[in-house]
This record gives sequence, structure tokens and C-alpha cells, in this order.
Amino acid sequence: MKFVDEYRDPVAARHLVARITDLAGDDHFKFMEVCGGHTHTIYRHGIEHVLPESVELVHGPGCPVCVIPMGRVDDAIAIAETPNVIFTSFGDMMRVPGGNGNLLGAKARGADVRFVYSPLDALQIAIENPDRPVVFFAVGFETTAPSTAITLLQARAKAVPNFHVFSNHVTIVPPIKAILESPDLRLDGFLGPGHVSTVVGNRPYRFVPEKYGKPLVTTGFEPLDILQAIVMLLTQIREGRCEVENQYARVVRDEGNPRALAILAEVFELRPHFEWRGLGFISQSALRLRREFAAWDAELHYSVPGVRVADPKACQCGEVLKGVIKPWECKVFGTACTPETPIGTCMVSSEGACAAYYNFGRLHREAAVTLGRSR
Amino acid sequence: MCLGIPGLIVETNVRHEHLARVEVNGVGRVINVALLEDEHLVPGDWVLIHVGFAMSKIDEAEANLALASLQMMGGIFTDEVEALMTSPSTTTAGVPTRAPDRMIG
Repeated sequence: MKFVDEYRDPVAARHLVARITDLAGDDHFKFMEVCGGHTHTIYRHGIEHVLPESVELVHGPGCPVCVIPMGRVDDAIAIAETPNVIFTSFGDMMRVPGGNGNLLGAKARGADVRFVYSPLDALQIAIENPDRPVVFFAVGFETTAPSTAITLLQARAKAVPNFHVFSNHVTIVPPIKAILESPDLRLDGFLGPGHVSTVVGNRPYRFVPEKYGKPLVTTGFEPLDILQAIVMLLTQIREGRCEVENQYARVVRDEGNPRALAILAEVFELRPHFEWRGLGFISQSALRLRREFAAWDAELHYSVPGVRVADPKACQCGEVLKGVIKPWECKVFGTACTPETPIGTCMVSSEGACAAYYNFGRLHREAAVTLGRSR
Repeated sequence: MCLGIPGLIVETNVRHEHLARVEVNGVGRVINVALLEDEHLVPGDWVLIHVGFAMSKIDEAEANLALASLQMMGGIFTDEVEALMTSPSTTTAGVPTRAPDRMIG
């Protein structure tokens, strides 16, 4: 496990933190990590605790479970409660609250709601139950959407008429743009997302430096990856450069995965607009099935409320998702809202900033010691 | 939600050109590799698996890193592996699997 040790090496971490401290100097920098997986790493390893006060990390909207608005959960529940329907979902989505409870509640009321690991499992259920409509609750960024697309291609090839997809797939670039346009937040750069970039590549992020003058570094998931990416961002700023760089080149290629992108384009098209929790309606930010796949499009087969539901007043997921507040600054964090009884989405998924902080924030001090620095 | 689980390709073209048998923690599963068709995967290659699909080709070192990170996640990791292992679409009915004699890393 030598390689793993290299990415957790406390001496290397100390050197990187020292460089970050030098590069930041007396200025203050605020970088957003877009990806929920990075948020998880940052809390899991206590990275905020080892950074100098001059560098602040704010958590972004890159958790696909967290950004689903309450109205879409209500739509999912309405489909699930349609007589005879088998409703399938990733486990994470089962506990996400809508205005009308969550999918687990619908299941308790008698709806046939089933957890699946893969959209292919949902298709398999449809094949095995030809007399019942089977709906898959599709969520996720471009990381997950190609899997749904291939499943739909298979449904078409195998002529499975009782399989439907309720698409809530979203795309990664529009929320970054929305955040850059937001007056609430002044950012100095971005840690670009990891897994989603294996699909979309680095090129779609070029507008960040070119139009908004902010550097972006696509980043891996190890603690040293995060620290090194921060060094790269600060180095760019100090050298007067502003570009897209790839710290995670061992996995992410500039061109992404052209085959996955082609499959996405074959099955999906952009919606004119889609509501994001906390960010509101963002144009061309989500994927719906193309007309050729209308036979498998749940939105054309079921009547759903389709109404916008405001988040509970107490819940500040919107501000957390935009990086305006930290999880612990939310009024209900850890009291009324916990991973067991989440009020907001950020407390549901392990990649949600609130759940990550709730689970690991208390370990900051211990983690800081393992990274070779205590304070 | 976006977890990638490292798997070692042990057989390609399992019943179909887009299916490959992988070993995850020493246990065999069948996954869809259509997204990596251009990588021309062969036994011995490592991939990151996401919802039953090979999401990206990685090297062994990266696989070890990913696994070490996942193991630190504790329950989240075991839930995800459990979900993969019990997923009907990844079953290897009738296909002998190598004994789970080792944990990767």
C-alpha cells in the first residue's frame, strides 16, 4: 500500500500546507469545491482544520441527491402511489423529504417502492413483471446519466414497454455558472469535480477562467489531492495565470469520455429549465428523454403534481448548497435536522455537506493530528 | 451516490461484448463495460464501478487508493458493496468465482 501511504503522507501534507500558507500570504482566499465527494474528503480528513485561516473552502452544489427540489420528490411519490406501479430508486433518494413526506413513507402507506443498485436492476424488474409498470427514479450528474441512457437503449432493444424512467438527471456546468452569477458569494477559484469530469472532461470548464476570470483545478479525492489542488490554484493566482488545470490527470482526461457523451446525446436532451434546490430555476441544466424515447418517459405516462414546493422555513440547504453558510451555521443543524431525521437534503446523502460535517466534523482534531498538525 | 468501487477485470465478453466479469474484494460480479468500449479492456485491467457500469479505467495504484478511501467510509462503503453484491443485474449465476482469499490492499 505504498501508493496509498504517499497520498496520506503527513510530511508531504505539512509541506503542502506550508506552501499554501506562503502562497496565500496576508490575503484571504475562498475556493469552492463543487463535488460532494470532495466535501466528504475534506471533512473526513479534517482538511479545513489544517489549512491556514487565509484559505477558506466553501462547499458547492455537486451532490445530486441534495439538489433535487421538494416538488420533484412529491412527483416521485405521486408516481409511486399510482396503482400497480413498482417504483425503483437508489437508496439515497428514499429518505429525501418532499412536501408530502418521503418515498419510505409512501412505501409504509402501501406503495411498492424498491431500492435498486443499478438502473439495470429496475429494467430487470420490469422484464420479470410484464403486467406491472416499473418506474426508475433517475438522479445524478453526467457520472450516472450514461448508465440510465444505456439502460434505456436496452429497454428499447429488448422492447420492454412497461419500463419508464423519471429523469431528474442534471448537468454540472450550469450550477457552476449560476454560482458565478450569484451576488451572494465572492469566490477566488474552484476545485473542479472528479468523477463527473471523467465523462465531461475539462473543456466544459473553460468558461470559468475565460468569462469569469476564476481558475479551476480538477481534483482527486485523496487529502493530498485537495491540498495540491489548492497549491495549484494559488500558484496560478500568484503567477497571474487563470486557467483550467487538471490535478486528477491519473483518471480524468481533457476530452472526457466521448463514447459516454455520445450515448448521453443519443438518449437525452436538455430541458429548457429545471429547478435546483437552493439555486432556483436554471436554464438548460437538466436532461429529459428525447422524443424517440417517449414510450419510456415516465413524465409522459403519469400525472404528477408538478408544482414548486418551497423548502421548510427552518431549512437552509439552499444557502449551504451555494456555499453562503457552513452546515453548522444552519439553525436546525444537528438538532431538528440529523441524518436519522433529515429536514433538508444536505443531511441525507453521505456527500451532502451537512451529513459529512455531522458524521466527521467532530473528528477534526484527531484527523488533524494524523495529517501531522495539531492546533 | 457517486461512489466508484474498484474492480479487477477477470474476463471480458461474458455472454455479450459489453459484459465483463470483475472481482470486487475477491468476489466475482458481472458489470456493463459499454462506456469503456474504446478502452479495449482486457483481464488484469482495473475499473471504477458505478451503479453496475464501469465508469473509468484506472491503474492498480488508483484502485488501491480508491479502496482505501472507501474503507475509511465504513458503513457507506459496506452498504455500497452489499448493494453491488446483491444487485440482480450483476449476478454471475453458474460462473465460478475465485475464493475471496484476500482483500485488495
